[in-house]
Amino acid sequence: MGVGFSLLMIVLLVLIPFLGVYAGLEYVLGVVFPYLAFSIFIIGILYRIICWGRSPVPFRIPTTCGQQKSHDWIKADPVENPTTAFGVILRMVKELFFFRSLFRNNKVKITEKGHIAYIWEKWLWLAAILFHWSFFIIIIRHLRLFTPKTPWLVSFFERMDGFFGFGMYSFYFTDLLVVIGLAYLLIRRLVIPMVRYVSLAADYFVLFLIMGIAFSGILMKYFVRADVAGVKELAMSLVAFKPVVPVDIGSIFYIHLFLVCALLAYFPFSKLMHGPGLLLSPTRNMANTNRMKRHINPWNYPVKVHTYEEYEEEFGKVMQAAGLPLDKQS
Amino acid sequence: MSSLPKADSLVSKKFKMPKKNWFNAPFEFKKGTYNYGSNPKHHVALDLPNPRNWSPEDQDWQLPENWKEILLEGLRERLDKYRSLKIFMDVCVRCGACADKCHFFIGSGDPKNMPFLRAELLRSIYRREYTKAGKIMGKLAGARDLTEEVVKEWFYYFFQCTECRRCSVFCPFGIDTAEITIIARELLGLLGVNTDWTLASVSNCFRVGNHVGIPPHAIVDTIDMLCDDIEDITGVRVNPTFNRKGAEVLFIAPSGDFFADPGIYTFMGYLMLFHEIGLDYTLSTYASEGGNFGLFVSHEMMKRLNAKMYAEAKRLGVKWILGGECGHMWRVVNQYMDTMNGPADFLEVPVSPITGTRFENTKSTKMVHITEFTSDLIKHNKLKLDPRRNDQYKVTFHDSCNPARAMGIFEEPRYIIKNVCRNFYEMPENTIREKTFCCGSGSGLNNDEFLEMRMRGGFPRANAVKYVQEKHGVNMLSCICALDRAALPPLMDYWVPGVEVCGVHELLGNALVMKDEGDRVRETNLRGEPLEEVGGEQDV
Repeated sequence: MGVGFSLLMIVLLVLIPFLGVYAGLEYVLGVVFPYLAFSIFIIGILYRIICWGRSPVPFRIPTTCGQQKSHDWIKADPVENPTTAFGVILRMVKELFFFRSLFRNNKVKITEKGHIAYIWEKWLWLAAILFHWSFFIIIIRHLRLFTPKTPWLVSFFERMDGFFGFGMYSFYFTDLLVVIGLAYLLIRRLVIPMVRYVSLAADYFVLFLIMGIAFSGILMKYFVRADVAGVKELAMSLVAFKPVVPVDIGSIFYIHLFLVCALLAYFPFSKLMHGPGLLLSPTRNMANTNRMKRHINPWNYPVKVHTYEEYEEEFGKVMQAAGLPLDKQS
Repeated sequence: MSSLPKADSLVSKKFKMPKKNWFNAPFEFKKGTYNYGSNPKHHVALDLPNPRNWSPEDQDWQLPENWKEILLEGLRERLDKYRSLKIFMDVCVRCGACADKCHFFIGSGDPKNMPFLRAELLRSIYRREYTKAGKIMGKLAGARDLTEEVVKEWFYYFFQCTECRRCSVFCPFGIDTAEITIIARELLGLLGVNTDWTLASVSNCFRVGNHVGIPPHAIVDTIDMLCDDIEDITGVRVNPTFNRKGAEVLFIAPSGDFFADPGIYTFMGYLMLFHEIGLDYTLSTYASEGGNFGLFVSHEMMKRLNAKMYAEAKRLGVKWILGGECGHMWRVVNQYMDTMNGPADFLEVPVSPITGTRFENTKSTKMVHITEFTSDLIKHNKLKLDPRRNDQYKVTFHDSCNPARAMGIFEEPRYIIKNVCRNFYEMPENTIREKTFCCGSGSGLNNDEFLEMRMRGGFPRANAVKYVQEKHGVNMLSCICALDRAALPPLMDYWVPGVEVCGVHELLGNALVMKDEGDRVRETNLRGEPLEEVGGEQDV
């Protein structure tokens, strides 16, 4: 559902900067929108996290995926069933950077004989890893545009990433990987009936949007060269808060930039918040110290209970006849 | 099971999705797949809203006039109270990793049983009411209006989730459908929409002390009969005490263990063990239920029932509490009890009087799981065991959902099993430990009217048992959950005939060589089945 709608939205988003450059709105596209989008991005994320954080975590509900800590002669799993802050951090690192839980994925197939087979299925994990890590490295590479001298970490990533370049043609491996990752994520969403059935317009929209960013970037780098010096001048002027818009950077750059702005502004209000969400997810970020340390529920309130006195009041006679001790001697 | 299709034709082998999108997809209350509506007398007994006679098949559910307001206000309140709910409403990316992890989806093929769609049933309303995108864009943003049809759909599907948390193991963000189901059921409860089975159990438990409503004198009688059976089999008279003040330990087991076959054999195992080690313990008729069906109604109801454990421990002046083999009981004890009804500052940190082991992992809650207790005894060589007495069994072990995914008790029961029987085989890796499959009847769905869905939901578990039956000749499915002991036997009869179900402490009771038995030779196991090749010698 919503594939067409999402595509249409992307076309519109591409048209805006395209027409904007025609109309001479480079300043709006190159300065106003980026500032606006970045502000929305930062404030939006903070707002959402604060919003989540305002609700308490009344109960300690980690999903335990390993042996608990009990006897010292039974080996506990300190990460998948953590009891220490360090264990929780390790668990979160595994989740955040390596998508541990997604790596557990398998596929159920019921054979003709009626047996359930659990089939190896790490493709989703692999595509997710490819996409997220490539996207991350690409973002790091872009930092060179914002500083006069390229920081060593950025050049390091560039060199690693550009390892496969040949001759005078530079080529970044991540440009390819990000597209492969995205393509797989999109195709599986369209092809796997279960996923397609539940997918919303928003799910396609972000995929198309990020694909739009990737394609416009790739176009700019390898085919329709934009004026890199101009881009860098603009970028540095933006971070210095003295925006200058060089002339004739090229429409393709403004399309790329506008889509990035759209992504930044959309981010806080969408499912893209899954990253920060994972950080705050109580089933993952809590230690299973449940019986060791009391967890406090800030809104714990007294409830109506059935007391022993009421119980004995009702059953005292039969209890006495059965020889059970009573609190009230009558 | 007459209306139930034959096992070989129940489950379809392909997952097919309907053409129409799910937003307004119709569904019907088909016999065997839904729970009966709650009886008004239980509403009255428990001070729950909207008591009336109703059935899910009725056109008019007689909801309160301002039901929409109540429900939305309830949702808003819970969003403010539970960070989990807020995050789980917002962060799902619909990647579908959870889809075929749900036993109900595997067994029914119904798309609304895929965890991410089950959650969308609630999320779509959340988006409509509480997000800008949902308000403006409606359906395109995955939002839909709250109608009575939605309430009915929630009732149908949130009572087709056993809160087993398997999907949350696979979710890259840890989204826990159990949390969503618990809260959705709470919301339905605000309108007086509950299931009869659950409320009947809760109202029994609240007033009488246990789910089945066994009054105190009958508990004494029932357990006395189990003691007679033990005497017949072993020649040893065990004498449990009830409501005794000053005992060192309060022992609380799920009531299923003393009133129904095959749980009773597990209970006999407990009693024999305690007698053998001379544990100073008492049972309680007031807190005669370890289980807590309140968990399947609301957080509040869970607290109301659970309060009895600490209250009784305090009244009797015991030092600590020992808990029997039960699944959701241990979810409540491990994740909620101390927070809800603690602090247990009137108790002491549990120490095994036999081995001197201090159970540091329970130093705040002060309640020990019986497999923790018994594995410690075995490790310290405090028990004389003859595992040959279980030789007629080829055993496998079913990790019950809650001890697995809400505690992480994996090795303790396995250690006991490996010491009390000689034929133990694990089921396939994807179906045990944290990836274990539910029995299909958890979270208050173990009633007769729901039988077809229970057989569907239990299919993946049964299928794994079938695998070890075919491969190793397994004939005994052991577990540490009373609901399992009630639910798995019909499941086995349906899918894997020839496999029986037992608790871990039944196996222990069989193997336990009691001092007071003297030279007497046991002729039968706890089920009264003759012991064959063991013969006369019982030396280990």
